[in-house]
Amino acid sequence: MKYEKINILPIKKIVENNAFIKTFYFEHQLEARPGQFVWLWLPGISEKPFSVGYQSNNEFGLTICQVGNVTKKIFELKIGDKVGIKGPYGTYYEIGKSKNIALVGGGYGSAPLSFLAAKTVKNNPDVNISFIIGAQTKNLLFIKPEDFNQKIKFYFTTDDGSVGTKGRVTDVLEKLLSENKIDYIATCGPELMQFKIIELAEKYKTDCQISLERYMKCSCGICGQCVVDPLGIRMCTEGPVINKELALKISEFGKYHRGPAGDKILFSA
Amino acid sequence: MSVNLKTNFAGIDLNNPTILASGILGVSKSSLNKVIESGAGAVTIKSISLEVRKGHETPIITTFEAGMLNAVGYSNPGAKEAAQEFSNLNELGAPVIASIIGQKDDDFKQVWEHLAGCGFVAIEVPLSCPHTPGFGTMGGQHTPEMSENITKLLREISGLPIIVKVSPNNPNMIDVAKAAEAAGAAAICAVNTAGPGMQIDIESARPVLGFKIGGLSGPALKPIAIRCVYDLYEAVKIPIIGTGGITTAEDAIEMLMAGATALGIGTAVYYGGPEVFKKITEEMSEWLEKHDYKDIKEVIGLVHKH
Repeated sequence: MKYEKINILPIKKIVENNAFIKTFYFEHQLEARPGQFVWLWLPGISEKPFSVGYQSNNEFGLTICQVGNVTKKIFELKIGDKVGIKGPYGTYYEIGKSKNIALVGGGYGSAPLSFLAAKTVKNNPDVNISFIIGAQTKNLLFIKPEDFNQKIKFYFTTDDGSVGTKGRVTDVLEKLLSENKIDYIATCGPELMQFKIIELAEKYKTDCQISLERYMKCSCGICGQCVVDPLGIRMCTEGPVINKELALKISEFGKYHRGPAGDKILFSA
Repeated sequence: MSVNLKTNFAGIDLNNPTILASGILGVSKSSLNKVIESGAGAVTIKSISLEVRKGHETPIITTFEAGMLNAVGYSNPGAKEAAQEFSNLNELGAPVIASIIGQKDDDFKQVWEHLAGCGFVAIEVPLSCPHTPGFGTMGGQHTPEMSENITKLLREISGLPIIVKVSPNNPNMIDVAKAAEAAGAAAICAVNTAGPGMQIDIESARPVLGFKIGGLSGPALKPIAIRCVYDLYEAVKIPIIGTGGITTAEDAIEMLMAGATALGIGTAVYYGGPEVFKKITEEMSEWLEKHDYKDIKEVIGLVHKH
């Protein structure tokens, strides 16, 4: 019978992206697609899901934001320390035949989109990419345009105007949409931002895929913790990347999610 | 298909004998609905306690070649929030069974008082969980006395059929089931997960599960579950929900022949997704037709007739 293999891998490299975000690199042929995730197991401590932020033929990177106790422990890891990796899992971004795509990332949600951007430049060189990245302030931005192909057009927004445009990623996106420049949007980041982007995608009749993050627990599709209302589908398996049409059928999208006990938690604006 | 798969246990009519086992996918009403749409004859919710429980640290599940170990630790939002989550269950297309846990008799009573208006058709009490301190076998609940007390208590206040879920580990399984029957239980669910077991990752020299130990389910559990159902069929008259390692139609038929009236299915969702209910049911029907059975009831307890 099938089972989930745990690969114990040493950390090859650690990059400090900013005060809250680090990328951990591993030598391993993961064969993930952009938007998919892996489970990272800290032996004897805990196991959590993380999306893949970077991948080459024989390496991958997980861009991790310190948000709680487990990520705090992960941040204490050094090069050579070993962790368990299972995966990749879940659905992924598919740009299809689109020629002008917008990637819209908020906070550490930009990480899987940078993997998508790099892969698209490599596999679909004729696709025009607009990468819109938002953060609260300059110090929290971690994507560096110089790390990418010059063909990608970057737009930065910050809440305080410390870099790029002062305002929201959705303002930039709407401008591009209104100029009729975009035929596909991929987004990842805070849920209310993604909700707004789906509304824009609807308004401008543009294909759009989001990444719907739900609390995941069992790592194998049976605990039901990441199931969304009212469809009853699992975001670990039928998600996390879903298209606009499916997102619009999820009544809890932008309203609430469930915590570790299965309790409903409202999103606040 | 000309084979009749309809069955009935404890006064509950089922379109087919498959029942979603407690602890799998049953966190929300929409999840139950999805499983029903995927072909389950009935569904059981994830166990509800009076208080909010976050459960054990991850990993809560680990898999191996022959099955799975779990140590979820009864995470649930507590009875009050569960009552809202599971309201108006009669809107769903199949019967829904409650699963209630507690550490004291009064906990069971209070949980039920919250859930009473939801529309559950029966109550299951897992006095047999092997991996949560204070509950099941780790809470000393797998005894004839506890089985009798909780059955009587919940029968009185709910008026619903009570299902006692038993452990395959303990030599007193038959005594627990007999005590439940004598106290008026409507059915026995056999079995809960076995063990607990442990899986060690040899690279890191650590147990994989966050709680270190967990209940064994899946194909490795099946022969034990079959034997338990076989023994129970000889010992009690009330129907048995045969649960443990059913992954294919052949497993399901085997469980029915051992004496099960209905079939609990859980870990199979790992192998086949929620659609596994439809697959098992359809293939059961094909198998029965091929073997000239007209009604699924013909194979229940068949092995005892030889």
